[in-house]
Amino acid sequence: MEQSRNSIVDIWGPRTPYIGTWPERIDMQLAEQPDTWVQSACVLCSNGCGLEIGVKEGRIVGVRGRADDRVNHGRLGPKGLHGWVANNSADRLTKPLIRKKGVLVESSWDEAMSLIVAKTKEIKRKHTAGAIGFYTSGQLLLEEYYTLGIIGKAGLGTPHMDGNTRLCTATSAAALKLSFGSDGQPGSYTDIDTTEAILLVGHNMASTQTVLWTRILDRLAGPNPPQLVVIDPRKTYTAEKATVHLQPRLGTNVPVLNGLLHLVIEGGTIDKDFIDKHTVGYEELKKVVSEWTPELVENVAGIPAGDLRKAAKIVGSSSTLLSTALQGVYQSMQATAAAVQINNLHLIRGLIGKPGCGIYQMNGQPTAQNTRETGADGDLPGFRNWDNREHIEELAKLWNVDPYIIPHWAPPTHAMQIWRYAEQGSIKLLWISATNPAVSLPDLAQVRKILSKEDLFVVVQDAFLTETAALADVVLPTAIWGEKTGCFTNVDRTVHITQKAVEPPGEAKSDFDIWVDYARRMEFKDKDGAPLVKWTKPEEAFEGWKQCSKGRPCDYSGMSYEKLLSKNGIQWPCNDNYPEGCERLYTDGVFHTSADDCETFGHDMTTGAEYTPEQYKAADPQGRAFLRPAAYEPPHEQPDDDYPFWLTTGRVVYHFHTRTKTGRSKALQDAAPDAYVQMAHEDAAQLGISDGELVKVESRRGHIEVVARLGGISPGTAFIPFHYGYWDDSERARAANELTLSEWDPVSKQPHYKYAAVKISRITGEGKPSLLEKAGTLLESIKEKIIH
Amino acid sequence: MHIGNYIGLVHESEKDLAEAFEKVSKHHAAEPDVYQMCQKLSSWSANHVLNLQPFIKRYSEDKSKEPDNLKRSLFSQPRSGSLALVRDLHDLWLLANEVQLCWVVLLQAARSLRDKELELACEQFDAQTQKQLEWLMTRIKQAAPQALVVAE
Ligand code: SF4
Repeated sequence: MEQSRNSIVDIWGPRTPYIGTWPERIDMQLAEQPDTWVQSACVLCSNGCGLEIGVKEGRIVGVRGRADDRVNHGRLGPKGLHGWVANNSADRLTKPLIRKKGVLVESSWDEAMSLIVAKTKEIKRKHTAGAIGFYTSGQLLLEEYYTLGIIGKAGLGTPHMDGNTRLCTATSAAALKLSFGSDGQPGSYTDIDTTEAILLVGHNMASTQTVLWTRILDRLAGPNPPQLVVIDPRKTYTAEKATVHLQPRLGTNVPVLNGLLHLVIEGGTIDKDFIDKHTVGYEELKKVVSEWTPELVENVAGIPAGDLRKAAKIVGSSSTLLSTALQGVYQSMQATAAAVQINNLHLIRGLIGKPGCGIYQMNGQPTAQNTRETGADGDLPGFRNWDNREHIEELAKLWNVDPYIIPHWAPPTHAMQIWRYAEQGSIKLLWISATNPAVSLPDLAQVRKILSKEDLFVVVQDAFLTETAALADVVLPTAIWGEKTGCFTNVDRTVHITQKAVEPPGEAKSDFDIWVDYARRMEFKDKDGAPLVKWTKPEEAFEGWKQCSKGRPCDYSGMSYEKLLSKNGIQWPCNDNYPEGCERLYTDGVFHTSADDCETFGHDMTTGAEYTPEQYKAADPQGRAFLRPAAYEPPHEQPDDDYPFWLTTGRVVYHFHTRTKTGRSKALQDAAPDAYVQMAHEDAAQLGISDGELVKVESRRGHIEVVARLGGISPGTAFIPFHYGYWDDSERARAANELTLSEWDPVSKQPHYKYAAVKISRITGEGKPSLLEKAGTLLESIKEKIIH
Repeated sequence: MHIGNYIGLVHESEKDLAEAFEKVSKHHAAEPDVYQMCQKLSSWSANHVLNLQPFIKRYSEDKSKEPDNLKRSLFSQPRSGSLALVRDLHDLWLLANEVQLCWVVLLQAARSLRDKELELACEQFDAQTQKQLEWLMTRIKQAAPQALVVAE
């Protein structure tokens, strides 16, 4: 085995200080010497690091970073270096499975696909396409999503399409749309290289995007390091490097950000000229934030007034500012409202569209951006507006279908509502691709109940028999990264191509091939009787996507597979104006807010009510950005005598999502083998809990048993990583989402994973019954249902 | 002067609306968003009722039974399920419109009386009623196709 560095022990690797340029450092991890190298990029977080896959005798034997890639300059983190091992797992699915007499048994592709097609036709005939739902992922490739989007929207005509991106990235999209009129990340990763100040809100970048964090560490190690303001209730790796660390009570992001805005406005460092020329809503914003004095913020959020002032001084006086946000904002109370305040800060200081002034409304998953772009989730392709007739007609013309087939009478159904319809029985076919809701959704007992329903036909596409696949009626084995070709886009709009390096195992097929086959079997046609899905190869789908995105903010029309293979990463828009891609959006201060261009007519931030086209047109901002204020709303569930702790959930550095891949890499799994609950020393002492002891954590929805780890968190708060389900350990309930709440942000509809009231207690050791009450019984039945 | 009549009318209507939001939230507690939002919107109406007190004193309200009758006919029995959700939101929308119209009528009276305080209150409450209506309309539009066309 050859490795350039030990990324398990030294997560970010040696410092290579930024001095006028970010030096290259090629990270590599090999099991054997490869015969060939194949161009790709990493799909284990939203950073999109360029890499090459090493192949020997038809197997993946390692990876190395690409030095000339604009995202990582050769670096890779622990997941990138070790995650590929999962491709070679012995427990990959190799044949389709069909549930017969309660048990999943191997079948042929023809039998499985015929069954799905027969079910689709029967359900559609009896109940309309409104009885069919798709729940996809942030892990597939652009060509796959776009094909699925066309099948759902113009083939079947169902409004029920969304994905797990609702859990990770919906607020990012919602906030960008509300402020700037359209989705699309304004900044560039190179903003890190020159910025004077960085504001990280609810974003433990050091753990979630390790290579991006390395870029910041290298700035900190060089001359003129930036100042860091970190807002996070936990003392994370990221917080350890902060100039100022604000630790708010859970659910108080809006008060903290309003407090910062208030101090910045009071300090007078706003850009009045920019505000006048390029925004609307300043007076209202000023009014709302003016009540948030540092003293009031201290009262509500528990942050010392002096610390808030220090933070405001940094974000208010630097001549450049880079801000990032992630799940600490998106999965918490007032998610969209808080994310929008970060945009507001940049707008009132006029710090947008310039070097060093990025806003990263981060995505959680590697290809989440593409579900949003292509309309495989609750959006329309090309950032089009479902409430804009002309946009619907553009799509209808492009696909050569009647506009009426495309659902546009209400916003596309969001994921949580899709699950609710399935629970109520009006959705009868649920097609899940590349994701594992039986571990990742909130309130798992409920999710398992839905997936096990007799009258719900569940199709699951996956490479492994996940907790979700085990409950399906049909399981389709899929090819994964490294076994198929396609493109995906990261948080700074960089598009990478990832190529097929090896054949998938057994009869596994790419999700792309499965949907193309489904469309053919369903005989979806356009108006002239030609096939609706006009391609059989990913490159043809990419060409189709170029037409669909042309003229829209996410314009890919200037790209091609050839260009993507010769250049490492191209940022959209890429078109006649920007043949090599475009580094930053909104350099001219003109936003996508005019009524004919915008992706949404907006929402009320408190209720989520949709504004009508007429309301919007009456005050068309015509290219100005929106400053949208938000009043504070306290969290719905608060700790009380019965459940005295705040629970928050999140990730650890070595794992991704539900560990479907990372849990199958020995190095990563050994580094973080099990779930735990992090709690403060004071709290543990009171309860008589010692470090490393197995404890019980309970909420109103369920309970789990995990090991206690003490320190690094505010008293009264507990943290549990959400990665751990049951496929590799079903001995005890341990998934964090047994405890979480089923409720969501009114605007983005992203669930609230970041707060729930729980109690924690010692396990007295009277036998085992408490261990498996809820999760266990179902898990036993899952195990019985599976044959290998 | 008949302003007391409308003060009484809006007082009762807002009280009914607060109760109706509360009731619907309980009927449809399995819809987490409906539960949360109806609770919140109920508290808005309850708040309007509280803030109406000085004006009730100032203009001595006439108690009215009219809205009660409206409410009774709207929420005759508890309903659950997807069609019931649409019907309950529908009825809330009708009640909220009754409230909004009261605020418009009172606003006109306040202006003619040069009662700045009442004018401001009417404007603020009307804006919140408008938000209640907008949410109801959004949620009704979302729920209607599935409830009327797909659900059994
Ligand atoms: S930072 Fe993200 S994209 Fe880069 S190597 Fe790590 S997991 Fe992969």
